[in-house]
Amino acid sequence: MSLSGFEVEVQRQGHAGLETEEMTLNMGPQHPSTHGVLRFVIKADGEVMREAIPDVGYLHRSIEKISEKVGYHGFMPYTDRVDYVAAMFCNQGWSMACERLAGIEVPKRGEYCRVIAAELNRISSHLLFLGTMILDIGAMTPFFHTFREREKINDLLEELCGARLTYNYMRIGGVAWDLPPNFAERTLEFLDALEPALDEHNDLISYNKIYVERLANIAVIPPDLAINYNLVGPNLRGSGVHYDIRRDEPYSVYPDLEFDVPIGTGEVGTVGDCFDRYIVRVHEIKQSVRILRQCFQQMPTGAVIAKVPRKFKPPAGEAYVRIESARGDMGWYAVSDGSEFPYRCKIRTGSFSAMSIIDRVSPGLMIADLVALISSLDVVAPEVDR
Amino acid sequence: MDATGIHERLKARFEVGVGECNSTAKDPCITIDPAAIAAVCRFLHDDPDLRFDCLSNQSGVDYKAKEQIQVVYHLYSYPHRHRIVLKVDVPRETPALPTVEGVWKAANWMEREIFDLLGVTFDGHSDLRRLLMPEDWIGHPLRKDFVEPEEYHGINTSRESLLR
Repeated sequence: MSLSGFEVEVQRQGHAGLETEEMTLNMGPQHPSTHGVLRFVIKADGEVMREAIPDVGYLHRSIEKISEKVGYHGFMPYTDRVDYVAAMFCNQGWSMACERLAGIEVPKRGEYCRVIAAELNRISSHLLFLGTMILDIGAMTPFFHTFREREKINDLLEELCGARLTYNYMRIGGVAWDLPPNFAERTLEFLDALEPALDEHNDLISYNKIYVERLANIAVIPPDLAINYNLVGPNLRGSGVHYDIRRDEPYSVYPDLEFDVPIGTGEVGTVGDCFDRYIVRVHEIKQSVRILRQCFQQMPTGAVIAKVPRKFKPPAGEAYVRIESARGDMGWYAVSDGSEFPYRCKIRTGSFSAMSIIDRVSPGLMIADLVALISSLDVVAPEVDR
Repeated sequence: MDATGIHERLKARFEVGVGECNSTAKDPCITIDPAAIAAVCRFLHDDPDLRFDCLSNQSGVDYKAKEQIQVVYHLYSYPHRHRIVLKVDVPRETPALPTVEGVWKAANWMEREIFDLLGVTFDGHSDLRRLLMPEDWIGHPLRKDFVEPEEYHGINTSRESLLR
């Protein structure tokens, strides 16, 4: 049959016999791009997805229930496990919730120690993001570069608190230890080396044509949708919403520090696409470097922790605190009944809302782009499941 | 707008369903009747002076002594940078209230979590399934009287068996 004959045939019969069938695919729970243990049920027509339904809960360790059994101080190491890629923020969120419940003021030097630890952790978390995101897209080499830098932060933090991932560094009322000798010099030395390494990273991959084309205009999340789904942090800023808790609802010593809040501008595609979410984090690393340099200059001497009784019994009441973690606005809701055990602790994390939006954004994407979407949202599965 | 102002706006708009305002709490809160919660949230979201466009947190607390479960909504407004907490008390035996999923999509998963861990039913929810626990799990772990089952699918869960 000639080509025109075929077209006549299609017109006569309609598309009968030519339609494709919907496939149901399983992705995960153990898949390298799912960043933890997480499963998707994908309904696809060929390579195009109709739906990607996340199935979470594989890493549910009932951390909120544990809080009701171990007491306020005793819960601190458990908070590390909420988000083990950025555990400092979980430490900080829990301490701040307790301090708000009991009305404790943290000594100035303690606050600076917290910010230094947290910003170092933000850089290490973002470096992990950059490496794994590029790895998911299919480029291997930059992963080693970012992990090389991240190792140096792990070394620094290990020196600070003895652990490389689950820090257990902060305490209610301050931090466990002051900075070790020469910590400032070694950190500044690292920061001096990090900036050129980051420029090298940008030259190597960020604006690489193939990489940009994999990300530009993919999985665009408009700002109003992002807010409606309670997307937070770099994901929200990637959608062009100029908002950062550190600047707009300041806590700790952030009001004394100068930094910019980078947002997605759609520089290679549309505002809110995968590339914007990626590049926002690259810029945030530079801002964290700025913050760290100021911290070491401004830091006063003195105590690092307030006097807090060993048997910590905050008055009955409740407190909700929000901090800007590496994955954005993290909410800690603590309820006290006046006893030495928390009555309830609820942790609302950035990955939780990011995961819930995948269902909405995925229809019409190629299956390969789902991988780009998941990694661009910087989802960490333990933080979803807690 | 502060909590008292928001409370007055709600009182003026709704004849019934809006309870007391605790403006001296660390996070000022307003008590709302279960039947009114969806309409109140819709109003808080849409009103140009209030514009609570973000459901920052939604959680449940089991107050067993009072035989109540409290569902708590932490709302935030990006345009006005103000916040409010809403509290809804539902009976512990038959906890049910309307969903606010139609106002904020973020409520979809948060309500699924509250349903899963506390057993609260959200009427009108599009997909009320367990979120974190296995589908065949019995009971709601964040209830104060929850007793851990001794085994799950033949796996012994007691501390002794784990330490052996």
